[in-house]
Amino acid sequence: MASQLPFPFIAQQPLPPARSAKIVIEHLTLVYSDGRESLRDISLTLPNRAITVLFGPAGGGKSTLLRAINRLNDLTDVQRMQGHIWIDGLDILDPATDVIALRRRVGMVFARPVVLPMSVRQNVSYGLELAGQRDRRRLSEAVHRSLEAAALWDEVHDRLDQPAASLSGGQQQRLCLARVLALEPEVILLDEPTSGLDPISTEKVETSLHALKERYTIVLVPHSIQQAARMADHAAFILDGELVEYAPGRELFVHPRHPRTEDYIEGRFG
Amino acid sequence: MNARRQRQWTQRAGFGLLTLATIVTTLPILLIVLLILQRGLAAITPEFLLAFPSDGLRAGGIFPAILGTVLLTFTMTLVVAPLGIAAGIYLAHYAPDNRLTQSIRIAILNLAGIPSVVYGLFGLAFFVIFFRMGTSILAGALTLAIMTLPVVITTTEEAVRSVPNSFHVVSVSLGGTDWQSVRRILLPQGLPGILTGVILGVERAAGETAPILFTAAAVYLPHLPNSPLDPTMALPYHLYVVSTQIPGMPAGVQYGTAAVLLILVLLMNVIATVIRSRARARRRW
Amino acid sequence: MTSALRERLVAVAVRVAGISAIALLLVIFFFLIQQGLPALAEVPLPDLIGSRWYPIEGTFGLVPLVLGSLLVTLAATLIAVPLGVATAVFIAEVAPRSVREVLKPFIEVMAGLPSVMLGFLGIAILAPELYHRLGLTTGLTAFTGALLLGWIAIPTIVSVAEDALDAVPRGYRDGALALGANRWQTIWRVTLPAARGGVLTAVMLGIGRAFGETMAVMMVTGNAAVIPRGWGALFQPVRTMTATIAAEMGEVAGGSTHYHVLFLIGILLFLISLAVNLVGASVVFRARTRAERILS
Repeated sequence: MASQLPFPFIAQQPLPPARSAKIVIEHLTLVYSDGRESLRDISLTLPNRAITVLFGPAGGGKSTLLRAINRLNDLTDVQRMQGHIWIDGLDILDPATDVIALRRRVGMVFARPVVLPMSVRQNVSYGLELAGQRDRRRLSEAVHRSLEAAALWDEVHDRLDQPAASLSGGQQQRLCLARVLALEPEVILLDEPTSGLDPISTEKVETSLHALKERYTIVLVPHSIQQAARMADHAAFILDGELVEYAPGRELFVHPRHPRTEDYIEGRFG
Repeated sequence: MNARRQRQWTQRAGFGLLTLATIVTTLPILLIVLLILQRGLAAITPEFLLAFPSDGLRAGGIFPAILGTVLLTFTMTLVVAPLGIAAGIYLAHYAPDNRLTQSIRIAILNLAGIPSVVYGLFGLAFFVIFFRMGTSILAGALTLAIMTLPVVITTTEEAVRSVPNSFHVVSVSLGGTDWQSVRRILLPQGLPGILTGVILGVERAAGETAPILFTAAAVYLPHLPNSPLDPTMALPYHLYVVSTQIPGMPAGVQYGTAAVLLILVLLMNVIATVIRSRARARRRW
Repeated sequence: MTSALRERLVAVAVRVAGISAIALLLVIFFFLIQQGLPALAEVPLPDLIGSRWYPIEGTFGLVPLVLGSLLVTLAATLIAVPLGVATAVFIAEVAPRSVREVLKPFIEVMAGLPSVMLGFLGIAILAPELYHRLGLTTGLTAFTGALLLGWIAIPTIVSVAEDALDAVPRGYRDGALALGANRWQTIWRVTLPAARGGVLTAVMLGIGRAFGETMAVMMVTGNAAVIPRGWGALFQPVRTMTATIAAEMGEVAGGSTHYHVLFLIGILLFLISLAVNLVGASVVFRARTRAERILS
């Protein structure tokens, strides 16, 4: 696996010089065995220390794209996958990739909060225990650190050993975020993390993400255009498995270049 | 009578019939259980439970039969539990959707349908004769194990499948492997269901006579078995013998033996039910 | 041991465990054939389908045994199916929740009762009662066996049929009720037909259970290996295939013709049970895929 950055793509705006490309997706095509949610020749750069938003109508391939980045698609029937996904210069689609190590570097938060049937503490430390960490002190520190970063520590610090299922929906989702942060990843993928959450929880999550982007590469599939506009440092519009348009932050929402992008933002379809 | 009232009457009659059918189904069994307990409990003295039979099985106790059943089912569980649980985990979590998996399922269905006496024949030909175990606890336990295998596999698969797949997906997304999902989530969460299945399998094996008729059972042994290669007395077989083979058998011995067997079976049923309902109450998903 | 190696070992181990089911089935079949096939060589076929089963004389006509099994199983089915299906419908559709919570465990208790125990009561109580009440020559008849078998098969039918009825989506019932049907009509015209496949499987499994039962029938059917004749046949002693094996295997010399014939009967039992169970299971598969196609 050579450490080489591929050439920049024409459809994109050039990146601001201070940011580096953390993830480069090159000509990615993916077809499921039942023909669902395929991706067609997607090329995209996801910069470091920023929130990139992937938005578009349902079924357009956003989740598929997200799951390609941590190879979670391996769990489903993929008929064909072509292209490359370079993270720090290494192609993670290469068969020789250590997928387990990859998933520790690239964490994911799912749309519905899935807390494991364990205590709050055990949920957060689960990933570290999977990795073989057994030192109780280190685990405790990691739990504290992660719950703080997810803005959940104040609410649960006195009930760490209670079942995680006893938390509210918003708390559970932040717990899932903490669970991911405990592994100290480099990339955080979030698939509609606040859908189904009340506005206060949503705000807490969004605030956390704004703080986290200082240190992580964040890729977010929003559940509304408004959230996309709030959160995006960069935005990509995905439609029917294709990348239609990609631009830094507010630009895409204020001056969309492609007519379909504008239609979607204006609510004419979707 | 207008149509509506006629429909009401039909419904009332129909429900009445169904209720009657249910009573006919259940009442005799209830009476049987009560009858055996009523006539049998009196015979269950400490001596009955702990002594050897005497006077051609007409007096004394049934201890070797009780012990034999315990030894048989215990040995059987040592074999069938690991094998059945592993196979159940395979079907629930590892097996791809292909012809081989389909064949396994068909094989399990067929194994489940084989009459118990045919298992006895197989045990005779395979364990007693071919592997030269002779009439022994080992041969009987292995025969019972094969007979119980389908039940354990099926309940294990069901129990593991009932655990939401989202847990596994989350575990994988955190860098977990298949086995880690099984060990940390699927097995612990599926354990009550698995346990219930094993206990019900043991319950059935404890009451079966035909599989041990030619593989392990002896009418009377003057001493307890010394090794797994010894034959043994067993409760269900003992009940058969004392109710059909020996003239002048006191009813007390017969009902007492039946009561002990019944209580053993009911006990396992209760344990399985308690495990199941407690697990359902404590379920956190 | 590295993590990757452990993963591979586990994957192989569980796979072997899964395949063991197939292996066992084949081994069972093989050994039955090995011990039973010689009977076909040692006993000429016309004798095997003869009507006299008299091993002491070397007469091995299987017909009385097969007919005995059929008679007892058929009679048991006629008892168990209506009662079993009705009870299942009652539990699934009619009974209030509190009653259900009692009945379902009770059915499970019924399923776990050792057949030898029921056989004991059959000899001790049922047979003498029938003997006195019905004025028969003996209380040990096919009918006695059918009664016991019926109640042995009912729990199987009830639990599988009740599961099938439970699995019918609520929307079906709600839809019918919304259209003005009362509960009885809903059951007969909507729920039961929808659960048809599962109920049929339940019946097949119940028949299989009755057919394969050994101890209870051995103890109460009188063990007379004669061909049941005429309408009164039900109230005369018969012998089933299962009881024959159980009763005679203990006294048989290994390797003798009698021994081989008993194994041949075992092969017959194996194949018939296979057929019954496969039919039952295939009905469920076909019914399910049809329903899935309609609902998707």
